[in-house]
Amino acid sequence: MEHTALALIELGAVFFVLGVLGRLAGKIGLSPIPLYLLGGLAFGQGGLIPLGDIGDFTHLASEIGVVLLLLLLGLEYSAAELFTGLKRSWMAGLLDIVLNAAPGAAVALLLGWGPIGAIVMAGVTYISSSGIIAKVLGDLGRLGNRETPVVLSILVFEDLAMALYLPILTALLGGVSFLGGLEAVGISLLVITVVLVIALKYGRYVSAIVDSDDREVFLLKVLGAALLVAGLASAMQVSAAVGAFLLGIAISGSTAHNATRLLEPLRDLFAAVFFVVFGLNTNPASIPPVLGWAVLLAVVTTLTKVATGWWAARRQGVGKLGRARAGAALVARGEFSIVIAGLAVSAGAVVDELAALATAYVLLMAILGPIAARVVEPLAKGLQRRRGHGHEPATSSAG
Amino acid sequence: MNVEVTPLPGIGVRKDFATRNGRRIGVVTHRDGQIELIVSKSDDPDACLASLPLTADEAGALANLLGAPQLVAQLTEEHREVPGINTKQLPIKANSPFDGRTLGDTAMRTRTGVSVVAVMRAGQVHPSPTPDFTFTAGDVLVAVGTSEGLEGALKILKNG
Repeated sequence: MEHTALALIELGAVFFVLGVLGRLAGKIGLSPIPLYLLGGLAFGQGGLIPLGDIGDFTHLASEIGVVLLLLLLGLEYSAAELFTGLKRSWMAGLLDIVLNAAPGAAVALLLGWGPIGAIVMAGVTYISSSGIIAKVLGDLGRLGNRETPVVLSILVFEDLAMALYLPILTALLGGVSFLGGLEAVGISLLVITVVLVIALKYGRYVSAIVDSDDREVFLLKVLGAALLVAGLASAMQVSAAVGAFLLGIAISGSTAHNATRLLEPLRDLFAAVFFVVFGLNTNPASIPPVLGWAVLLAVVTTLTKVATGWWAARRQGVGKLGRARAGAALVARGEFSIVIAGLAVSAGAVVDELAALATAYVLLMAILGPIAARVVEPLAKGLQRRRGHGHEPATSSAG
Repeated sequence: MNVEVTPLPGIGVRKDFATRNGRRIGVVTHRDGQIELIVSKSDDPDACLASLPLTADEAGALANLLGAPQLVAQLTEEHREVPGINTKQLPIKANSPFDGRTLGDTAMRTRTGVSVVAVMRAGQVHPSPTPDFTFTAGDVLVAVGTSEGLEGALKILKNG
């Protein structure tokens, strides 16, 4: 009984502090993700207040958090949207991969973390945070802008790339041979294709299986299906997260919309636990040695994302200011960089410094992203004015 | 008019068109049905000056404001050759006694000789309403008749 009481108190304290941190983040217009990570660092090993009694719960809860993150990502898109997004953005998408995966891989190789470390860090620096970006675009009233579809279709491409990347990563982390890796890629390509075809042609049947007018029944069926599919995918060496993502895509129409509304609070709760657990498992003392690299990566990958967005927007005939906005909008990294690093760390296939570098990097980018999206317009205008008339640059505010 | 329809993956659909002076105007319809009115900036046509969230009622009211005068102008044009016949828009206000009642209840034709040729509701035109057509506040009636008749019709809708 003693143990249960202590665990409840600890869990309550963690959630309460996260709530306060989340409110703080909302007040200053930032994503709560960096604050959750900081919270985890503070609670974890070597931190201020070590928590020992809630390990079992938080471990499973953070797994569910990842499944829900990917399930809701899949629910956001219909298969048709994925296809049009893919058709429209594949060139920009490839440039995005090359420009943004390279810095992460290069740093990992320089630090001697080997090919697996390089592939992990490539994923960490590549993937933008669709959650943060969609929110920032809405907040800034840019949904009607001409460059916004360009940004969104790049995000769609990235999310599909994740569906390929995650199973490969899981296979590599599991220490399978080259042939085994190829097999994993083959299986996941096949599964993705089958799911997309099913979603496109028979999406309403999949929806009908989980759909229900009763909220409670619906919640249990959706959550149950997600965990079942995730578990089965995991057993088949295709990552659990990808299974959930594909289930999300297969569920369509109003069912998807209702499921999103129902699961959003659950996702927020469990994903918060996931970020905290990641922070918990990272020793704050290991961050200062890699901080320099994190700052370097932040600077380089900010520029490469801006370049990606600039190029993609120019191809759609968007003006210079719009190109700058598209580039800056893509800068934010967040949840999925941590998902990738989390997979690597829990598999035990990478050095501890990688977790520290990934944490520091996401801390920087999750804060930098929304700021970049806000200041890009005054900054670009100031530059234009200075070039145009030789005036003093206008002082740009972050508002 | 060439209305461009652009899917916004994960968010909804954008429908807009370019006006003669080079601006874009249109709406973003969110997945959950929320509507935003968008107007592009004049100095930066890629960006939006405003993206105004509207409720369904507000969007309908705006659509009536924009659509009704055009319909009335068109009908007036058609009746120009008939002297003494006018076309007018008559609103059903929130405090009108006919909010929730039918066209037949007004006895409009018997009392004033005025014909209601169409009802504008939420941007949609309902042509030739039958006597059992039920009004709600915010509807705009397009009526044809003599100017005295139309004056009378306006009073009936206001006072019963």
